[in-house]
Amino acid sequence: MADLSVTFCGVKFKNPLVLASGILGITASSWRNVVKNGAGGITTKSLWLEEHRGHPNPVIIANEHYMLNAVGVPDAGVQKAQEECGKYLAWKSSPLIANIIAGRVQDFGKTAEEIAKIKPHIIEVNISCPNVEDEFGKPFACSVGDAAAVTREVKKRVGNIPVVIKLSPNVENIVAIARSVADAGADGVNVMNTIGPGMSINIDTRTPVLANKVGGLSGPALKPLAVKYIADIRRALPKLPIIGTGGVLTGEDAIEMMMVGATLVGVGTGVYYRGPQVFKKITDEMQAWCKKENVKRVRDLIGVFHNGNGRRFEP
Amino acid sequence: MDFPLVVKIKKIKQETPQTKSFVFEYPKRAKPGQFVNIWLPGVNERPMSISFDDGKNYTLAIAAAGESTRQMHALRVEDKIGIRGPYGTHYQWKDGQRIAMLPGGYGAGPTYWMATLATKCKIDFFLGARDKSLLLFADKIKKLKNVRFLPSTNDGSAGFKGFNVECWMQEMERGVKYDSVITIGPELMMYAVSKQCAKRKVPCQLSIERYMKCAFGICGNCCVDDLGITMCQQGPVVDNTLAGKIAEFGQYHRDDVGRKKEF
Repeated sequence: MADLSVTFCGVKFKNPLVLASGILGITASSWRNVVKNGAGGITTKSLWLEEHRGHPNPVIIANEHYMLNAVGVPDAGVQKAQEECGKYLAWKSSPLIANIIAGRVQDFGKTAEEIAKIKPHIIEVNISCPNVEDEFGKPFACSVGDAAAVTREVKKRVGNIPVVIKLSPNVENIVAIARSVADAGADGVNVMNTIGPGMSINIDTRTPVLANKVGGLSGPALKPLAVKYIADIRRALPKLPIIGTGGVLTGEDAIEMMMVGATLVGVGTGVYYRGPQVFKKITDEMQAWCKKENVKRVRDLIGVFHNGNGRRFEP
Repeated sequence: MDFPLVVKIKKIKQETPQTKSFVFEYPKRAKPGQFVNIWLPGVNERPMSISFDDGKNYTLAIAAAGESTRQMHALRVEDKIGIRGPYGTHYQWKDGQRIAMLPGGYGAGPTYWMATLATKCKIDFFLGARDKSLLLFADKIKKLKNVRFLPSTNDGSAGFKGFNVECWMQEMERGVKYDSVITIGPELMMYAVSKQCAKRKVPCQLSIERYMKCAFGICGNCCVDDLGITMCQQGPVVDNTLAGKIAEFGQYHRDDVGRKKEF
């Protein structure tokens, strides 16, 4: 058996798979069940300081090609977050990545400070949700200045808890954004949130299916985009740890993400395509591949694309 | 394919003063206890238990309770609605069983449907309602040959005066033994049934409903404490052994933002 463990921002994970934010992420019990199903760590659904209502239903639709969601980031606020995260941490299960969100820079700081009190292993900052634009305007992840401002605000409020910024693919230059948050003190980045927003029309009723009309697009077709962005960021910022998220369904997908530079691999819509046991399925496939290729430690694969055969890489 | 399929309503019937049934053709077949998500464009999408599947058409019995169900009651024949599913687990039975059915409210639909399928079972049907006028599908249930119809009403206007759970317990006190108990309806009613069945060691199946958004195991809103499993996929129909491990059953559920709400 290959050693699948990795260390990300000083936190040890038994395998590189983490539940992506927004999927099965509301309760401690659900997180524990995801770990039981094989995940190396979990990310909470985005946590707000105060209660935040989501969008009306329908909020998610999916088919064999893609998923479109505009859940609208519902959450009961920091008190419930503290209760659920506290319950999860008391079980001493796999690492907890607390994902936070806010509408204003200062509120990111306040939320981060409240969440830091629970002592999650890592704080992930959602500055890239594409389906609350009506409420808050363009995501902070779309501007070098805003992304850095949020990062600085969060960093100064959380002590030594590592801070990961979740980036948006919906930008002109994702490397510039990654560099700005790294310069502002981010300990790592998550590449990437959903793309779009996109829209789906029901032609019989002549209306958009999602109540919010538009929503973030995810699913297997996103993987090549995530792989390219991870490769770009890794090449420009080789020391910045990366969580690679976007269309990962199989062990081969996860290894591909790691080869271009991801230390952790986020799995979200994979739960839809392969069921709640997706994590176990992926780690089994990683083991099979490692055996075939005689790889002893999966962490040795991180960024190998950039050594040797990576020289031929010209985007 | 988890997109709504748009269908036209073929038939609407006022079943009781509160409840209307809606019939429409649908291409996928379902089993008693499963649900669909029904979409009213511009209004809402919500899960609804399937009352009947005749092999070609679904019937949904819907009581006007909140805003979205009132909007559904305003629908007319030929109106378009979106449907996705069926989703979730379903009730199970074996030929020759003696079964007690304890539905409350809309639960009369799936239990009646199951009774039409479980023709080789002997069924005591403990239909309960506040008064006689609210006994959903009573006329149809009475006609089934494999069914002994034992209604209960709170005001005594039909059958046993009191709750159907009391009527069922009275039967058991009289010595009637059941191989299986099927209950569906308000959670506290099912909770009472669950406790009795656990005590008496009678197998029981019940339907644990939670706030479901996606219905395909992604959004996590219907995960139950402390197992963390989704009720849209691993439920809503669970056996009593599993229900016994769901700590929140009969205690609380969660609203649309994930906050606990006590029963």
